[in-house]
Amino acid sequence: MSDQKKDCDCDRRGLLLATTVAGGAAVAAAAVPFVASLAPSERAKAIGAPVVADISKLAPGEKMVVKWRGKPVWILRRTPEMLASLETVKEKLSDPDSEKSSQPDYTKNPTRAVNKEYLVAVGICTHLGCSPSDKFKTGSDEGMATDWAGGFLCPCHGSIFDLAGRVFKGQPAPTNLEIPPHVYDDPANPAMVTIGIDSTDSKGA
Amino acid sequence: MAANSSFPKYQSDGTLLGNALEWFDARFPLTSLWKAHLSEYYAPKNFNFWYFFGSMAIVVLIIQFVTGIFLVMHYQPNANLTPSGLPIAFESVEYIMREVPGGWFIRYMHSTGASFFFIVVYLHMFRGMLYGSYRKPRELIWIFGVLIFLCLMAIAFMGYLLPWGQMSYWGAQVILSFFSAIPVVGEDISTLIRGDYVVAGATLNRFFALHVCAVPLALLGLVVAHILALHEVGSNNPDGVEIKKFKDEKGIPLDGVPFHPQYTIGHDLPANVIMLIFFFAVIFFWPEGGGYFLEYNNFLPADPMTTPAHLAPVWYFTAFYSMLRAMTWNFFWIDAKIWGVISMFAGVLILAFLPWLDRSPAKSIRYRGPIFKVLLAFFVVSFAMLCYLGTKGTEYHFFGYTPTEGFNPLNILLSGSFHTKFWTFYYFLFFLTMPYWSKIDKCKPVPERVTFK
Repeated sequence: MSDQKKDCDCDRRGLLLATTVAGGAAVAAAAVPFVASLAPSERAKAIGAPVVADISKLAPGEKMVVKWRGKPVWILRRTPEMLASLETVKEKLSDPDSEKSSQPDYTKNPTRAVNKEYLVAVGICTHLGCSPSDKFKTGSDEGMATDWAGGFLCPCHGSIFDLAGRVFKGQPAPTNLEIPPHVYDDPANPAMVTIGIDSTDSKGA
Repeated sequence: MAANSSFPKYQSDGTLLGNALEWFDARFPLTSLWKAHLSEYYAPKNFNFWYFFGSMAIVVLIIQFVTGIFLVMHYQPNANLTPSGLPIAFESVEYIMREVPGGWFIRYMHSTGASFFFIVVYLHMFRGMLYGSYRKPRELIWIFGVLIFLCLMAIAFMGYLLPWGQMSYWGAQVILSFFSAIPVVGEDISTLIRGDYVVAGATLNRFFALHVCAVPLALLGLVVAHILALHEVGSNNPDGVEIKKFKDEKGIPLDGVPFHPQYTIGHDLPANVIMLIFFFAVIFFWPEGGGYFLEYNNFLPADPMTTPAHLAPVWYFTAFYSMLRAMTWNFFWIDAKIWGVISMFAGVLILAFLPWLDRSPAKSIRYRGPIFKVLLAFFVVSFAMLCYLGTKGTEYHFFGYTPTEGFNPLNILLSGSFHTKFWTFYYFLFFLTMPYWSKIDKCKPVPERVTFK
């Protein structure tokens, strides 16, 4: 080894090293546009535009689904019994006051709603992104526990949510269902709800 | 075609064919490759049926390549909707099944081939565990093999998205959500992988590119490396002894036979004919494999608004899916979801460490002691249980048992989620405690040469 070291042309060795470093930097720089091309395209970003839903025909206890940013958004018109259940299940919830969960500030309240009659929530489980199924009937009629007060069940890993999209304790889902930004044309007597904006004069969230 | 006098080792026998061969050999290592890897590659003479599965994997690989190329001629990776409201990708698979002449046959060969690939690869891997084929000096062969297995899993997962059915869509949605479990950067990484905020057309197109081009190239390279490494050190055998220890005066192992024609024609050819009989029986009479090879929900087009009521991966992923679901506690302030992802990947990667975990003096199960035999038997049970439980929901109980109120040991003993946790624990314990028990196990004396009747 020592012989080789003596024979080494150190100027050329330095040149070789510099070339390698420069070449490596060039390869790393060339990778940038390729990695960047994997990000959502301008078209995919544009699909995030707000959607308007007509909720005038929604009967109490009925749910409708609209598509916003490729995700299902639920609009559930809650009956007085359904709203009452939100208080009774509170003890069993993992985040009853939605401290850790994602929602606009104006829905960080006990019913997680602007107009407490209507739940507007992103129907995607916060665990691994499945869409939970409706389990609105109380009791064990739909295969739930006997003290079930109505809510949602995720078919993938069994997370259960109450009728405000709040997750129960000991479930795989870490947080409550997300509430999207939304605004009513008239909160007292709503006919239309726009999902994706915080107020009527904003351009979209 | 003048004989080339400057290359004496390629001397032609004077015939036209001989001259042609000499011309080639002077320019390309044709004869030497043939000899090194086939006619003068000496394999132990005592191979048994466990040694069929490597060659079967090559046959299935060829089937997947050929059928895949023909499917690409008709398939369209496009998530947009046709005027009748079906996604184009889904519609193009139905088009292949119904309107392309023989398309159903090519498609079923490809979908059945995926399941067969995993069947033969699982058996091939188990053979390695039985006879200690991963032990020194074959560690690299084994590691290349684990990488091949990872590539296979990637290629199967991406291929499953392409029909753009309900299971394709929601399976991908769940698996890709795991990346969002990574702290801080997780959400950005999963958006970068999907190319959108949910699984969408962009995801389909990039999975198509990876499934038909990038991963097959990597797979092919790894298969070549796997075989080159094998031919460098020579094959192991059911006795786990080195045949290169005893050679005749020409340097040929006394217990070796030329791979070609002894094993190619005499061993692998009939075995593959039998495998192909089963393969085509499935294609003609049982193409959906009872919902395990092709899941029934995948005959419904992808609907981003509703998740199917029962979501389970294809059978070959269910063992690792169970390991993922086994983690339901938050340890060390780290979310259970992340532990699930870690245990799923660890379940595959721990195999790569097998050459160093095993400290037994004997390689082959024939000479290994009772501890290994018992623990390996339970290892098989654990893998089978994890496979089975991965196909079931989280609320599953054995024998249709319904949990009773109050304390009842049956509530736990028959619970699927308890067994998922228990057997996942066993799976990892088997590997992690191996350095200890493999050393103290009472092995029988290993013979000097292979035993062969």
